[in-house]
Amino acid sequence: MTDLTKLKISEARDALRKGDVSSVELTEACLKAIDMADALGAFVHKTPEVAMGQAKSADDRIKAGDAPDLCGIPLGIKDLFCTKGVPSQAASAILNGFKPEYESTVTSQLFDAGAVMLGKLNMDEFAMGSSNETSTYGNAINPWRRGNDDTALTPGGSSGGSASAVAADLCLGATGTDTGGSIRQPAAFTGITGIKPTYGRCSRWGIVAFASSLDQAGPMTKDVRDAAIMLEAMCGHDPKDSTSADLAVPNFEAMLTGDIKGKTIGIPREYRMDDMPDAIEALWAEGRKMLEDAGAVIKDISLPHTKYALPAYYVIAPAEASSNLARYDGVRYGHRAKLAQGDGITEMYEKTRAEGFGPEVQRRVMVGTYVLSAGFYDAYYNRARKVRTLIKKDFEDVFAQGIDAILTPATPSAAFELGKDVTDPVEMYLNDVFTVTVNLAGLPGISVPTGLDKQGLPLGLQLIGRPWEEGDLLNTAYALEQAAGFVAKPSQWW
Amino acid sequence: MSIDIETAARVAKLARIRVEDDALPALAQEFSNILGFIEQLNEVDVEGVEPMVSVEPMRLKRRKDGVTDGGMQDKVLANAPDAREGFFAVPKVVE
Repeated sequence: MTDLTKLKISEARDALRKGDVSSVELTEACLKAIDMADALGAFVHKTPEVAMGQAKSADDRIKAGDAPDLCGIPLGIKDLFCTKGVPSQAASAILNGFKPEYESTVTSQLFDAGAVMLGKLNMDEFAMGSSNETSTYGNAINPWRRGNDDTALTPGGSSGGSASAVAADLCLGATGTDTGGSIRQPAAFTGITGIKPTYGRCSRWGIVAFASSLDQAGPMTKDVRDAAIMLEAMCGHDPKDSTSADLAVPNFEAMLTGDIKGKTIGIPREYRMDDMPDAIEALWAEGRKMLEDAGAVIKDISLPHTKYALPAYYVIAPAEASSNLARYDGVRYGHRAKLAQGDGITEMYEKTRAEGFGPEVQRRVMVGTYVLSAGFYDAYYNRARKVRTLIKKDFEDVFAQGIDAILTPATPSAAFELGKDVTDPVEMYLNDVFTVTVNLAGLPGISVPTGLDKQGLPLGLQLIGRPWEEGDLLNTAYALEQAAGFVAKPSQWW
Repeated sequence: MSIDIETAARVAKLARIRVEDDALPALAQEFSNILGFIEQLNEVDVEGVEPMVSVEPMRLKRRKDGVTDGGMQDKVLANAPDAREGFFAVPKVVE
């Protein structure tokens, strides 16, 4: 078989079971592709030995007839996931040298299902960013370019390495995490599929925490079917995460019928931005038409508090981050600053954190500290949490009116150039304008590539579903995917 | 709301992040921009609205309060920048 790395997970699974290919062959092909793709900056810690060991075990398991769907499938793992004995740094210098003594629940589940880890993937530092430019490893690069223009573009963030690796066929799928859009925005920028499940579907145990009430893991894959397969393996109750839901995980793939006749899809008017590019506007209108043609009923809806989602997010997420990141103190793991004569413990904390955290992380930790500080807690943090209640209620109201899913653009633009001078951090925050509501409301959201802009860059649409109904959401996404027929791939320049 | 340099310095101190004096004006400006953005929340009528505690209305799982793990001092200390005689080592805390 040729072009093994271009296989989808579903295709590779079927080929492995038929004996047309072995996991060792697949894994070797991916490792070779990874070695040729250093220019993308996607893989930041390669783990060929781990991968080959897992691939051999997977082949034995497949031969023995005991092969779950992911058995033998080579994946990339976002650096935010703790992987036993393998560097796990959340792309931060403050975790230089950190090798966890334990495995995150999500990666444990993937490896128990026979998946193969090719290495760790680049990301924004502590998942704080929308362009992968805050990483201590340097930028991840989008495999897509504007026609023949060789300007380096962002793969989005924070799961930029995951998006770049999947889009460039370096792996068959990758894990991502999403706090404000970190799976869906990079998926849209790179022409792949990414789903953030309902808050509580995936265990957060062993995933480096950013904002605990918003963080969720999810898969980033080449199509909706692969997302269904991989998501099922990642989900499930975990006694080690008290917020993980004790609910049965359905067979998501079996729910992909493509039949959405009679489903009601909402189009929220507040997602129409004044300065929205024409290409995004057109893409959204086409998506609406596609779902309508597939038999869905389209309804215009209102989510009145949408405008306040980003400001609420930029109170709640930094507040939680300032608390979560207090653990990086130079005592138990990672970096500790060299101390001067007479320096005490406070100097150790302050110097360690100044050296270890990059500017964006420092900024958010300090903003979080401010909004939680005495005298401001009610004015900022409590107010933001009240607004969050209202944002969630907006969604509850439309679901109560019979809306099954909501269609929106995934991002306000196509992938932008790296190194763009962003003097105002708020400008970067606007990237998450369509995705962040979903995290605040704890809902499942999926980004599906449906078209290209004039310069040949991929664009995605987002579908938002009811809580715990990822299966239904994936099926609607599947119908959209089939109607859109997006097959474009970046041409290889790396 | 505009953040002055003293406030920026106080927040940096609270967050235990060393910020050099010459970096404070730019930091104060960034805080002001971000907080200016956040101030939009004041437009929302939140009278009688409960602040969200848990996004999904479910009772957190309970478990027996028992020892389930332990006896792995070497693993706990394996990543420490400085560990001695079974302890994390830090600069002197009390005189």
